[in-house]
Amino acid sequence: MKKFFAILHARNMEFIRDTSSLGWNILFPLLLVLGFAVVFTGEPKALFKAGVLGDASVLKGTDREFFNARYVQFITVNDERMAIDKVEHFQLDMLVDIRQGRRYWINENAPNGYVLERVMKGMGGSRYERTIVQGREIRYVDWVVPGILAMNMMFSCLFGVGYVIVRYRKNGFLKRLKATPLHPFEFLLAQMVSRLILIQAITVAVYAGCNYFIHFQMRGSYGNLFLISLVGAVCLISLGLLVSARLASEELAGGLLNLLTWPMMLLSGVWFSLEGVNPAVQKIAQFLPLTHLVDGARAIMTEGAGLADIAPHLLILGIMSAVFLSLGSLIFKWE
Amino acid sequence: MAPIIEITNLVKTYPGVRAVDGVNLTIEQGICFGLLGPNGAGKTTLIEIVEGIQKPDSGGILYKNHPVGDRFRKEAGIQFQVTSLQEFLTVRETLRLFRDLYPRTLDIDEVIHLCNLGEFLDRDTRKLSGGQRQRLLMALALINDPELLFLDEPTTGLDPQARRNFWDLISMIRSKGKTIILTTHYMDEAYALCDVIAIMDKGRIIAQGTPEQLLKDHFNDVVLQFPDESVKGKLEGLDLCVSAQPGRCEICTNDVDKTIRLLLDHGVSLSRMTVSSWSLEDLFIALTGKDLRT
Repeated sequence: MKKFFAILHARNMEFIRDTSSLGWNILFPLLLVLGFAVVFTGEPKALFKAGVLGDASVLKGTDREFFNARYVQFITVNDERMAIDKVEHFQLDMLVDIRQGRRYWINENAPNGYVLERVMKGMGGSRYERTIVQGREIRYVDWVVPGILAMNMMFSCLFGVGYVIVRYRKNGFLKRLKATPLHPFEFLLAQMVSRLILIQAITVAVYAGCNYFIHFQMRGSYGNLFLISLVGAVCLISLGLLVSARLASEELAGGLLNLLTWPMMLLSGVWFSLEGVNPAVQKIAQFLPLTHLVDGARAIMTEGAGLADIAPHLLILGIMSAVFLSLGSLIFKWE
Repeated sequence: MAPIIEITNLVKTYPGVRAVDGVNLTIEQGICFGLLGPNGAGKTTLIEIVEGIQKPDSGGILYKNHPVGDRFRKEAGIQFQVTSLQEFLTVRETLRLFRDLYPRTLDIDEVIHLCNLGEFLDRDTRKLSGGQRQRLLMALALINDPELLFLDEPTTGLDPQARRNFWDLISMIRSKGKTIILTTHYMDEAYALCDVIAIMDKGRIIAQGTPEQLLKDHFNDVVLQFPDESVKGKLEGLDLCVSAQPGRCEICTNDVDKTIRLLLDHGVSLSRMTVSSWSLEDLFIALTGKDLRT
């Protein structure tokens, strides 16, 4: 244990004293979140969105009048529960059911819903049965913040572990350690724990800092959020260790790490929802650790998902970590 | 004394190169063993195989009669030719880091005193001068109070004062009964420090013994040097081994008394004569040739 703690302490000191790297690790997500908050906070969009259960094109006469209204986007939906959830979170201004009776759902807190209800009543919709739902708006910043924090964790874990170990190997520091009684497992574990402590501390600090200004929506438990970020970080660090297990070229390591991080950044649902994109892309996304970290964290924050809901994500991240770590330690070389 | 290291028929090949070609070596405990050879002779490869850094293709190495293993790693101190340290740590923190990697260590203050690190203990290791850095690397090699110390070209790039300082340190460590395996390009260093020398070339050990014995074995003559004007026209017809050098004349002989008598008989003045014996460098060149190595 003494050897493990010696390496852990040395790596922590190196990271903390490398102020430029530390600053970047904190500043990068902070700037992104604040930037998004500024860009997406402001006047709501002019367009109204109404979900429609049933086929509006078969309606006739005054029944049809509302569905011809300008500046209202009518979106055909099939899943009633999910559509109601969207009304609760301001993602739809109204949901209309024209399948058998005539019903509509509206969020009392949503200004757009209030206006759209008046439009509907003036355009042949006065007979519709009204249902009120409650809920708070999910702004884009609420939706995107788990993605940004997870993305920052991904960069920090992959480059902070993978790239650093390749550098140690290239400059001969690993060779120097090989000449001591230090075991590779002790060395790798210390690298992992060091990054885990630092990235978790940074993520908590950035979350708290941004939350102070923006007040994210947080419907789930902080314990679960911490848990999924911890398991996600372990998985991403393991991937970093795997990449760095044998390489001695920083350029090649940088290229490989970019090859891993860019698809994850684009395909893991960091910036936009993967609903509706090509099913093949959705399939690929399921093989990316970042997808499970983002989906799990987002479900906790915006939907109030519990431990049972995020268990599949935790399980997949756990399996991926085991595979990456086993492979990494199998092929690891000091030189 | 019992051997501390025994190497049997060691072979290591790289594509197109036989870096270590069937080396057999026995290193006795408590001596300073010098491994000399031109660049690319296979010294570092041989040393790194013994250190356990590289794996040989075939052959065996015993440390105190046992295969190299955990005990070796605990009892050996190693200073590589080129090494980097963890960045953003001070000298003191680096010493602590390495101290914590070993079960049995010297007191840090003792190592600091031995290697004279007191002046720059709190300096970032990236900001050390060449000599300071070598002293720190030596301190790291000594921190586990090693039985066997490997020093791979420890004084390369140091100024004369720093080199002499290093020699004193190495002599002092040797006087404590430690075994030292030293590679160097400086023949004066090998002569001053080493009890036994092995000369390596093209992956093989081509000569081995004490420096004096090696010189005696390979050179049994001395060189008498005269300025040209002292011998001009006086050596013709004499049975001597003479070679002309710019401005001077050299006479090789294995019987100095007889040669000097002969020269005096022929009116050669000895007042400006110099006598030089062969050095380790001459031996090195004689054995490995004058061709440039890369």
